[in-house]
Amino acid sequence: MKPRRRPALPLPPDPDLVVIGCSLGGLQALQKILTRLSDDVDVPIAIAQHRHRDSSSMLTDVLQRSTRYEVSDAEDQEPIRRGRIFLAPADYHLLVGDGVFHLSTEGPVHYSRPSIDLLFESAAEAFGERLLGILLTGANRDGASGAMRIRRAGGGMLVQDPKTAEAPAMPTAAIEEGAATRVLLLEEIAEAIDSCCVRRESEGVR
Amino acid sequence: MTSETGTPMRERRSEEPDVTSLETLEIELLTEGVYRRYGFDFRDYSLPSLRRRLLKRMQGEGLGSISALQERVLHDSAAMERLLLDLSINVTAMFRDPTFYQAVRSHVIPLLRTWPFIRIWHAGCSTGEEVYSMAIMLAEEGLYDRCRIYATDINEAVLEKARKGIFPLAAMQDYTGNYLKAGGRNAFSDYYTANYEYAIFNSKLRENIVFAQHNLVTDSTFNEFHMIVCRNVLIYFNRELQERVLKLFCDSLQRFGVLGLGRKESLRYTSVNPCYEILHEDERLYRRIA
Repeated sequence: MKPRRRPALPLPPDPDLVVIGCSLGGLQALQKILTRLSDDVDVPIAIAQHRHRDSSSMLTDVLQRSTRYEVSDAEDQEPIRRGRIFLAPADYHLLVGDGVFHLSTEGPVHYSRPSIDLLFESAAEAFGERLLGILLTGANRDGASGAMRIRRAGGGMLVQDPKTAEAPAMPTAAIEEGAATRVLLLEEIAEAIDSCCVRRESEGVR
Repeated sequence: MTSETGTPMRERRSEEPDVTSLETLEIELLTEGVYRRYGFDFRDYSLPSLRRRLLKRMQGEGLGSISALQERVLHDSAAMERLLLDLSINVTAMFRDPTFYQAVRSHVIPLLRTWPFIRIWHAGCSTGEEVYSMAIMLAEEGLYDRCRIYATDINEAVLEKARKGIFPLAAMQDYTGNYLKAGGRNAFSDYYTANYEYAIFNSKLRENIVFAQHNLVTDSTFNEFHMIVCRNVLIYFNRELQERVLKLFCDSLQRFGVLGLGRKESLRYTSVNPCYEILHEDERLYRRIA
């Protein structure tokens, strides 16, 4: 029988949403995580990857090759659904509401639109402890305050070990804020998602 | 609800509401108060971005809670003005999303040509950059003289800027790039006169534009149009209000009239979807068929 208790610093059991923030070097890091994700995990994933305002569908296409999830740019009012990866569209902030996504064109935050902080903050408000946040490589401070909000709302926060990050500034900022539930090597992140996104069939009552 | 002794009965509430739901309550009270005190109706705005902008104003005022912000804006109309500026998003640019204008050129202009006189409603026009862009394109297509563009916004201050047609010269380099990508046929600088750090747009472009205050939340339709452009405005409304405004657009469009939305806005999740056919999928151009 599987042990029923989880390790010391707990991650949210069976989160209803995973939010990921990344910037410089993010594409490669995302590919690594998505290819390693176990086949029976289908938790919805929302990603804010800093991208140029004129960027095309290249990001969507590249990520689609790494996963059996369906990958697309999020639309306003689009329902948050399992088995789907939603990207913050170029030149829009992606916000999480009550079961749906919202978009915003308000000014850039940390020079970025999409902004990781805005995705994280809104997801923390909407999902509370049913949320898992992940902050990856990047060259600025975006995401650190959003990561704190996720923690304060009771969600779990995985931060990429800066040693394994192409650009360590962003994960470092979040760790210094004390926002990380766990600091993990890039290779360990997929496994951590797997371990808390348990399949409903195999694990019964909680 | 009152008990026999006259003391209001207390409904059961959890002792410590979590921070989020308390804040949501405060936001509802503030928007209700603002509506009743000033008439601005933000009650059906989309919560996540409304929350963010209220918190920003709250910090800007040096206050510790949304309730404190409510107290201040109710008693101090200058604080309300500041809040109003924070709440109206005015991100715009000339030929913003150039591919939208390309698609209008190729898919909509041929339809507009079939009408002898063309009425266009640009709802939520902000400081007018996108309205002037449309006017330029219509002029290049030889249609401007039989067009009237009604450009509306909730905010009189931005309309005042739009009427002047004066924009920062520093932005022109960007706008020229957009104009060319949008399929512009002339030199963009033909359309304005540089004066110190400003670009003053030719007043001829303004001849057939009517700038007027209109509130999508409370006002009704005012004409029948051949095209309605409303880009990145609906994303700030909640679903109910989006539905109401889309219904208003439906009632304001001629049969076979065209609706243009923002790049990530869609009719797919709305009840008016069956009334339209898709003219251009990526650029969110729809034609009313029913």
